Amino acid sequence: MSHKHPVTTPRKSATFDDYTMSEIRRAAATGIYDIRGSGAKRKVPHFDDLLFLGASMSRYPLEGYREKCETAVTLGTRFAKKPIELKIPITIAGMSFGSLSGPAKEALGRGATIAGTSTTTGDGGMTEEERGHSETLVYQYLPSRYGMNPRDLKRADAIEIVIGQGAKPGGGGMLLGQKISDRVAHMRNLPKGIDQRSACRHPDWTGPDDLEIKIQELREITDWQKPIFIKVGGARPYYDVALAVKAGADVIVLDGMQGGTAATQEVFIEHVGQPTLACIRPAVKALQDMGMHRKVQLIVSGGIRNGADVAKALALGADAVSIGTAALVAIGDNDPKWEDEYNALGTTAGAYDDWHEGRDPAGITTQDADLMKRVDPIAAGRRLANYLKVMTLEAQTIARACGKNHVHNLEPEDLCALNIEAAAMAGVPLAGTNWVPGQGGF
Amino acid sequence: MPVFDLATTELRNLNQSLHAISGNTTNEDFEVINPRGAHAIAVGIDAPVDVHIKGSVGYYCAGMNETANITVHGNAGPGVAENMMSGKVVIKGDASQYAGATAHGGLLVIEGNAASRCGISMKGIDIVVKGNIGHMSAFMAQSGNLVVLGDAGDALGDSLYEARLFVRGEVKSLGADCIKKDMRPEHLELLAKLLEDAGISDVKPDEFTRYGSARQLYNFNIDNADAY
Repeated sequence: MSHKHPVTTPRKSATFDDYTMSEIRRAAATGIYDIRGSGAKRKVPHFDDLLFLGASMSRYPLEGYREKCETAVTLGTRFAKKPIELKIPITIAGMSFGSLSGPAKEALGRGATIAGTSTTTGDGGMTEEERGHSETLVYQYLPSRYGMNPRDLKRADAIEIVIGQGAKPGGGGMLLGQKISDRVAHMRNLPKGIDQRSACRHPDWTGPDDLEIKIQELREITDWQKPIFIKVGGARPYYDVALAVKAGADVIVLDGMQGGTAATQEVFIEHVGQPTLACIRPAVKALQDMGMHRKVQLIVSGGIRNGADVAKALALGADAVSIGTAALVAIGDNDPKWEDEYNALGTTAGAYDDWHEGRDPAGITTQDADLMKRVDPIAAGRRLANYLKVMTLEAQTIARACGKNHVHNLEPEDLCALNIEAAAMAGVPLAGTNWVPGQGGF
Repeated sequence: MPVFDLATTELRNLNQSLHAISGNTTNEDFEVINPRGAHAIAVGIDAPVDVHIKGSVGYYCAGMNETANITVHGNAGPGVAENMMSGKVVIKGDASQYAGATAHGGLLVIEGNAASRCGISMKGIDIVVKGNIGHMSAFMAQSGNLVVLGDAGDALGDSLYEARLFVRGEVKSLGADCIKKDMRPEHLELLAKLLEDAGISDVKPDEFTRYGSARQLYNFNIDNADAY
């Protein structure tokens, strides 16, 4: 059929785009919200919107292959008798056994240990694989207290009290029945195959005043030896950090909305919490206002991918960063070599995020005995160590170019921003100007 | 018998002394005087010792206890015996909220009343309360037994899993997915043992009603959304 007149090109709505329409159809067909893993996928202002200025006439650079640029970081110097010493300022974030397979957890421990850094347990307790292969292991203390016991508490190197995470500040967790194997069920004291809810609030304290007493208890149980971290999602970073300091934290972990989760509602991941970039300066300001910057260490996570991101986070005032999603990619998550199997699941390599379903072709976010054999913990651990090495070298390269002999000497004055939003969030000038938008309070 | 006077001794000294005997059998009893509501008294013990605390305690007394027998001759603040693994804790008076929270094992006896959220998220502990318990008790309770000789407050056993609840008095209301269940012979036998362990001889198992999970919310179903 031919038209008598020229016709306009079919135009799709920017508001009702293909993804939005597909979600409406999915919701209408199933009657349940979309659950998925990973962090925010929407585009938000991020480290890519910042640039380092480098050295020239007014700054003196360090020679890349001859002059030292230190990377070591000590965590837990405020109260703990035994702070943890890391060779690099990049740690592995908490991810649960249950959400991840045993071999995946072992690979994370092996890689972190080769690189001289720490890894972290998650909801579900401490496994022998990760304790045995992790030189430095941080034990998470979560609302569900799945797998929590004093013996593991005493053999941890640090304790991380989880208040929230960037993917879902204010939300609990869900581990669906298909991932509840006999071993996972046993570790969590729950029947096999049921959907396990992880609470959003701790069961035996409410608010920062109670938390101070809870921290006192954990310190008494462990004879004041272990550093105590408090992990918060990117909600109200200035006040959350101030309250964490008041409650007695040695270290604060601040996780922005790009930080991943094993499984949560899509609406939660994309619509609750602030971008990582927006969280760092208010958090550092809180520490500075209390005279605690560098005394209580700040670890930033959520979307850290390379050495430039590491350097930018440190320049904004963090003491270290933490990686989760990137670590999973390094050990094999979303690898295109499994493309046929991703296609069979209705997705594609790079987009696979139905981690809760336990059918991960890469064998990482699964409890399926056959799939998890695809992760060789030794080889995967080596890849993670290589990746951590590259990130560290990249951060050192930038630091030397800015004339710094320790990555912690990077500072906001080394940065500019490519757009107004990032300039305002990071508190650095818009490139080519001396204008810092939004100054005058958060 | 070592006596720790918390009016003159740091709490840290008490707990570190108790940890120093970790794993070793000892016949010594420990006595704590002048607790004056201090928090975290006798926490993290891993030895079969008897600890007598002469007075009332603050938060988290006997937290994460393993194998010790701890008696509080007074009242207990929030979170008494939280995350206990084994052993026995007896509170001669009343207990505040979250008593026995997330505990994996052992026996907690409260001779008075317990406040709200008693046995929250319990993971195998046995709790016997001679008096009443407050609202939201046994919330998300996973396993173990909660025995109440008196009454229970609102929303008992909300979203509970496999824990068993035995209440002798009235239950103000049941929480989501918690239902009354038949008392079978094995439950009467279990209850008799729990009462005996708690030193109770003047109450009979058949005076109790059993409550447990209806198991309707174990796997998420959109048609159950109104229950949450």
